[in-house]
Amino acid sequence: MRVTKHPILGKMAKGQEVEFEFDGIPMRGYEGEPIATALMGAGVKVFRYTVKDHNPRGVFCAIGRCTDCVMRVDGMPNVRTCVTPLRKGMRVQTQTGLGAWEEGR
Amino acid sequence: MRESLSKTGVLTKEDLAQSPGVPSEERMEKGPVAYIECMEEIPCDPCQYVCPKGAITVGKQIIELPVLDEQKCDGCGICIPICPGLAIFVVDKGYSDREALVGVPYEMLPLPKAGMKVHGVDREGKAVCEARVVKLLNPKKFDRTALVYLAVPKELALDVRHFTVMEGEE
Amino acid sequence: MIETEFAVVGAGPAGLSAALEAGRAGVQTLLMDDNQAPGGQLVKQIHKFFGSKEHWASERGIDIGDKLLVQAQKAGVRVMLDTVVWGIFNGGKILAIKQGDRNRQVLAQKILLATGASENPLAFPGWTLPGVLGAGAAQTLVNLHRVLPGTRVLMVGAGNVGLIVAYQLLQAGARVVAVVEALPTIGGYGVHASKIRRMGVPILTGHTVKEASGNAEVERATVVRLDDRGAPLPGAEREFEVDTICIAVGLHPLAELAWICGCQFAYIPELGGHVPVHAENMETTVPGVYVAGDVAGIEEATVAMEEGRLTGVDVARCLGYISDRRAETLRGEIQARIELIRTGPFGDALKEGKEKLIERRG
Repeated sequence: MRVTKHPILGKMAKGQEVEFEFDGIPMRGYEGEPIATALMGAGVKVFRYTVKDHNPRGVFCAIGRCTDCVMRVDGMPNVRTCVTPLRKGMRVQTQTGLGAWEEGR
Repeated sequence: MRESLSKTGVLTKEDLAQSPGVPSEERMEKGPVAYIECMEEIPCDPCQYVCPKGAITVGKQIIELPVLDEQKCDGCGICIPICPGLAIFVVDKGYSDREALVGVPYEMLPLPKAGMKVHGVDREGKAVCEARVVKLLNPKKFDRTALVYLAVPKELALDVRHFTVMEGEE
Repeated sequence: MIETEFAVVGAGPAGLSAALEAGRAGVQTLLMDDNQAPGGQLVKQIHKFFGSKEHWASERGIDIGDKLLVQAQKAGVRVMLDTVVWGIFNGGKILAIKQGDRNRQVLAQKILLATGASENPLAFPGWTLPGVLGAGAAQTLVNLHRVLPGTRVLMVGAGNVGLIVAYQLLQAGARVVAVVEALPTIGGYGVHASKIRRMGVPILTGHTVKEASGNAEVERATVVRLDDRGAPLPGAEREFEVDTICIAVGLHPLAELAWICGCQFAYIPELGGHVPVHAENMETTVPGVYVAGDVAGIEEATVAMEEGRLTGVDVARCLGYISDRRAETLRGEIQARIELIRTGPFGDALKEGKEKLIERRG
């Protein structure tokens, strides 16, 4: 959920809204914000599934240290979405297990 | 920390009666005066230097609790938004026969408007009365801590320290 | 190879203050941070600070960070953002860095590690479910990125971080169903607790989170009451319907670089755990390597700024930019200000912790 109004921070300064893809679904987010917050702002909380038990994982530390938020972005696996800026046209995919490079990449 | 405060996070009336920052009944009936609910030793002293009348003393050892000189204090309210702990209020028991005016710091949305009816809320978050927003001050120099004056039943002047906007009022 | 006299790792309050102090004295200073903007934790601190005028009392943390950066830049400090310092070599003289995508090295005469702290985890069944996150993480999402992690929150921990973040989640429009604290008393400031109590948030001392459950995300939290020894009481459980559980159970120094270059550590619980041993001038056991701020012991932003200044002063003195006498005077002023903050029921334990640490350094 986006915090559009805030008693201390004021109105959210809207950056450039851009389109990106999440598991093939077209989505919108702000250019330069972490991929993770573009997803969470749209209500997506599950980012990947673990190797052995296929457990859902999402954001935990939000500062790029714990790697719970990694996803495949533009074909590259294990991208820390909480510290990687969103760019127009990015293809973000739910990662399963240890992650694999997209074929052809 | 006071035992009650450290267990519940709420100062009791008994605690406050011992606070050096709390004015006498007599003084509260004469007109608006600061009501300082700061009872824990934290190094902090903005209230001391912001008061234009010099009515609040913390001293050089900024760990000391603020002491209120109720004669010097004229209840202007400038100390309310300056307190980082949002622990200072203004009380005026002389407001009218049946009502007291209570000034509270407020940092939430939506900001109420003058004339609005609200629930008067006590230190435990319980709605204890209907209250009326008499005035709202939110100038730039308050740095986003608004000062909201509520008219409350006089007997609840020492209870109401927060409010919630009523359903339907916007 | 980038050559500099003084390299500062971390542009939070400690790093900024050290760079500023050294820069003003004329020291060639390089300040690096792995974020896109400087300020460290300050960028998320939307509340007003306590303390005295010199400590920016009543100013909001977010405003302090901006002001410090401007001052640092005016003092001629070179700032490199989006720069990770991942290695430290040659006895604390060379830093390996990654600036954006570029690998580089920095050769410095003096190095300050002002890398701050990391949140402590708390493991319980269901803690890996999306929706369970650090309180600091929630604060970053809300105050920096304007996204709420959820709308019904259970806060675990009633230290200052837990109480402050609970308040900030309320400001952002979330509902905080309760704050649970395993200890029998609230660890944070009474005023922070009072603020959320009058907003209707219960604070349950002697309680902790037992389990988080839900299908693919958090949907429920089970909270249990504890006995005098901290053991869960059978049958004393309660369920809360929440979509978010924030963990605020303390911080520990983020000190990998100090470990790597061979700094001696001491385990001081009052300061957050394993802390690099340092002298009063903030120098570690590795000559030329300093620590300041949370990495040198979990305290407050105000102390971080003062420790940063102490470092800047000592570096300026060592490199010959200020006289020993001048350094002594400045150090005295800074120490006096630190004395004022490290007092009272909260400050005493921190003071003791620091004394133990400094004793080890000898």
